[in-house]
Amino acid sequence: MLILKIIAIIIITPIIGGLLTGIDRVISARMQGRKGPPILQPFYDVLKLFQKESIEVNTMHRFYVYISLIFVIFTTIIMLLGGDILLAIFALTLGSIFFVLGGYASNSPYSTIGSERELLQMMAYEPMVLLIGVGLYYADKSFFIKEIVSTSTPAIVFLPGIFIGLIYILTFKLRKSPFDFSLSHHGHQEIVQGISTEYSGKDLAIIQITHWYETIIALTLVYIFFATKSPISHIFAIIACALAFLLEIVIDNSFARVKWQLALKSTWIVTGVLGSVNLIILSFFR
Amino acid sequence: MNLILMLILFPLVASGIIFIVRNDRIRNIIVKVCACITGALSLLVVCQYFQHGISLSFNSEKVIDYVIMAIEVVIAIYIIFVSMKSKKYIVTFFAAIQTPLIIWFEFTQSSGIEEVHSSIVFDKLSAIMVLIVGIIGSLICIYAVGYMRWYHVHHDNYEERKSFFYAILFLFLSAMFGLVLSNNLIWIYFCWELTTFCSYLLIGYTKTQEAMNNSFRALAINLGGGLAFAVAIVFIGINLKTLELSVLIGMEPGILVLIPVFLLSIAALTKSAQLPFSSWLIGAMVAPTPSSALLHSATMVKAGVYLIIRLSPLLGQTSVGKIVTLIGGITFLVSSLIAITKSDAKAILAYSTIANLGLIVTCASIGTQESLWAAILLVIFHSISKSLLFLSVGSIEHQLGSRNVEDMDILMHVSRKLSLYMIIGIAGMFLAPFGMLISKWVAMKAFIDSKNILIVIILAYGSAATLFYWTKWMGKLVSNANVKKLSKHTFHIDEELPIFLQAVFVVVSCFSFPLISRYALVPYLSALFGVKTLIPIGTSDVNIMLIMLSMLLVLPISFIHLYKNDKRRIVPIYMAGENTGDNETFHGAVGVDRKVELSNWYMENYFGSKKLSFWSDLAAIIILFVGIILLIGGLAR
Repeated sequence: MLILKIIAIIIITPIIGGLLTGIDRVISARMQGRKGPPILQPFYDVLKLFQKESIEVNTMHRFYVYISLIFVIFTTIIMLLGGDILLAIFALTLGSIFFVLGGYASNSPYSTIGSERELLQMMAYEPMVLLIGVGLYYADKSFFIKEIVSTSTPAIVFLPGIFIGLIYILTFKLRKSPFDFSLSHHGHQEIVQGISTEYSGKDLAIIQITHWYETIIALTLVYIFFATKSPISHIFAIIACALAFLLEIVIDNSFARVKWQLALKSTWIVTGVLGSVNLIILSFFR
Repeated sequence: MNLILMLILFPLVASGIIFIVRNDRIRNIIVKVCACITGALSLLVVCQYFQHGISLSFNSEKVIDYVIMAIEVVIAIYIIFVSMKSKKYIVTFFAAIQTPLIIWFEFTQSSGIEEVHSSIVFDKLSAIMVLIVGIIGSLICIYAVGYMRWYHVHHDNYEERKSFFYAILFLFLSAMFGLVLSNNLIWIYFCWELTTFCSYLLIGYTKTQEAMNNSFRALAINLGGGLAFAVAIVFIGINLKTLELSVLIGMEPGILVLIPVFLLSIAALTKSAQLPFSSWLIGAMVAPTPSSALLHSATMVKAGVYLIIRLSPLLGQTSVGKIVTLIGGITFLVSSLIAITKSDAKAILAYSTIANLGLIVTCASIGTQESLWAAILLVIFHSISKSLLFLSVGSIEHQLGSRNVEDMDILMHVSRKLSLYMIIGIAGMFLAPFGMLISKWVAMKAFIDSKNILIVIILAYGSAATLFYWTKWMGKLVSNANVKKLSKHTFHIDEELPIFLQAVFVVVSCFSFPLISRYALVPYLSALFGVKTLIPIGTSDVNIMLIMLSMLLVLPISFIHLYKNDKRRIVPIYMAGENTGDNETFHGAVGVDRKVELSNWYMENYFGSKKLSFWSDLAAIIILFVGIILLIGGLAR
C-alpha cells in the first residue's frame, strides 16, 4: 500500500505541477494581452527536450541535476505522506544544494553567476523556511504533517505572520520575479539562462521536471496552514493554494527583477519582524 | 598500575622521549608508535570501564598535590620571565596573581575542606571525551609526521624544532586526558593551565613576530580565564567546603553556588573562544596545521565546552545559564556571518569552529535533556569533521601552494582524493543527513521546548549563513577548472591514512548515531537527570535519515552505469560566443585575449569582520556585565 502511494506521488505530482505551469503561462499571457500557448505546452516542451541531442561541457555536471531531482522527489514523498516537516525541509535543501553545485561544476561564467545567486536566494529564504517548521510545531505540538493537518483549528489562526512570510518567500521558491535571480522565466531580464546555461536536452528536461515537483512542495506548505481534521477545510486549503499561486503570477507580472541586495535585506527583515513577532506572541499563549 | 592512570601518564612519557630523540627517522617511528599506543589505550580504557564507570581515590593525594604545585610554580616563573622579556605585562600580571593565589589557598585555607573522595571519575561523558581525544588526537599526531616532513621544505626560513613540536602535541593529549578524567578541581585547574601553556607553545612555533604576538594573545586571554578558574576554586573551597566537581554539581543553585559557577563559565568561555574572547583562536591559525587541527577539534576548545556540559545542571534555569546561552547564541550568529567574508580556508574553519562552539555552549547551558543530548553529539561530530577538514586543508596547501579557497577550483585535477575528503568533511559540517545537522535539528527542538524563541531565530539565521559559506566552498571544489602546469607533490601515506580514517569516521558516525545515543547518551542523561531519557528523534525519522545517507553513498556508484551507456559530445563552455576554445580565455575588446576569472561572493560590505566583531564584542561584554551586576546584587536565581 505504501509502495503504491509512493508510486502514485512520484507520477501524479509532476503532472499536476506541469499543468500548473501551463496554466501559469496562459494566465501570464492573458495579462500581457497575448493568447498564450496551450495548457499542455510544458509537457510538449519537455518531451521535445528529451528528443534533442544532449551536449555537455564536462562529464560531471549533469550528475548533480539527477541527484537534485532524486532528493526533490524524496522531499515530495516525505511531505505528501505526512512526514516530519523539518526533515522534508532538510531534504529539499540537500536537493537545492546539488542543483547549485551543478552550476559550479560546469565552471562556466554564466552558470557560476547563476549558482552564486541561487545560493544567495537560499540564504535569503532559509530562515523563514525554518521558522515555518518551528511555528507549526508551536501551533500544533508536532513536526509531523499528518498530525498538523488533523488538528481542530487551522494553523493559520495561530500563525498569520508566518504565513505572510511564507507568501513572501514563495516568490523565491516558484522562481518568480522580482526574486528570480538564478533562473528566470522571463527572457528579457535573464543573464543567459543563469544556472542552467550549460544544460541541454535531457538534462534541461530534468531541470523542468524538478521545478514541477518544487512547485507542488511550495504549495503543500500553503496547504498545511489551512487543512484541519474537518473534510471541508481541505477544500478551503485548495482554494488558498490556488489564490496564493494566482497572487504569485500577478506579482511575477507586475514587478521587474530587483537587485539582490534588496532581496536579501527585505527577506531577512520580513522574516525577522513577522516570524519573530508571531512566534513571541504565540509563546505567551502556548 | 591502573589503566586510567596509564592513559594519562603514557602520553606524558612519550612526550619526554620524543623530546630527547633527535634523529629524524627514529623519532618519526616513535611518534607513530606512541600515537597508536595512545589510541589503543583510550579504546582499552573505554572498553574496560564503559559499562559501569569507575571512580578512583589515591592515598598519596597530598604528594600529587605538591608535585602539581611545584610544576605550576615552574611554569608560572617561566611565563613571567618570557612575558617580561617580550613586554607583555598583562600576561605577567595574570600569571603572577593566580599561582600564588592557589598556593596560598592550599597551604592556609585547606584545613576545613572535606577530603576529596574520588579524584578521578570515569563516566559515559568522560568515555566519549577520552575517545575523541585519544583517537582523533593520535590520528593528528600521525598526520603531523607526514605534514612536518614538507613543512620545513616549504618554509625554510623557520627554525626546525620538530622534536619540540611533537613533544608538545603529546603533552597536550596527556593534559586533556587529565582534564576530562579528574574530578578534583585543583587537578582540573592544573590540566586547564597546562593546555593553555601548550597552546601558547604551539602557536608560537615559528617564532615570527606575528606568531609571537598571537601566542601571547592566546596566553593572555586563557590565563585570564585561568584566573577566573582559580578564584572560583578559592571561593568554592572557602564557602562550600569542597573541592570535588561532582559535589559542586549536586548542590542547589543558590547565590553562593552561582558565583563560582559564573566564574567557571567565564573560564570555559575563554577556552572555547566565545565572544568577546574569540580573537585568540583566529590568531592561532599561524601555527602549523596539525596543531590547529588539535586546538580546534580534539583538545583545547573542547575543554571549555566540556566544562559547560558538566556544569549544565547548575546553569539550566538560572540567570547565569541565561547569560551563557545568550553569549553562545550571539557567537554562533556573528561568527557564521563573518565566515562568509573569508577566503582563507583556515580562517573559514576557525570562524566555523567558533560558531559551532557557540552552538554547543548554547545547547549545554540550556541544560534540558534534549539540549544536552544535542550538545554532546555536536561535540562528537564537530571534532571528527573539523579535524578531517583541517588535515585536508593542510595537505591541500602542500599540493597547491595556497590555502585560499579561490585557488581550490583546480583541486579536482590535482588530487581527486583530497577533493572527495574535503567534500565529505564539509558535508559533515552542515548537510542533511550528516551528523552536525542531526544535532542542530535536535538543538532546534530543544530550544523550542525550553521556550528560547530568540535562540531559535538566531539559529535559523545562523544556519542560513552556514549553508552559504560552506556551499560556495564546495562549489569551488567541484568546479572543474583547467590546470596547465603544476608541480605535483606526493600525497604521503602518513598524511593520507589519518585523513582517510577520519573521512570514514564522519560517515560511520552518522550511521551509528542511534547506537551512540542508545548506549552512551541516554544512560548518561538518565543518570544525570534521574528520569528516563528518550532519544529526541523518532525512529521513523532516523530511518529516513539513514535511507538518505545510503542514497548519497549508493547513487554516485549507480551513475557509473548510466554514464557508460550515454556518451555525449563535449563542447566548449558558453562565453557569449567569444570563447577562444580552451575554456580559459575569451576574445576581449580590441582583439586582446583575456583570461576568465571566476570568484565567489564575499559580501565584505555586509558581513565585514571589523564592523560586526566590534558590535558583537560590545554586546557580549554588556551581557557579561549584566551577569556580574545580577550576581553582586544578589538578584540571580
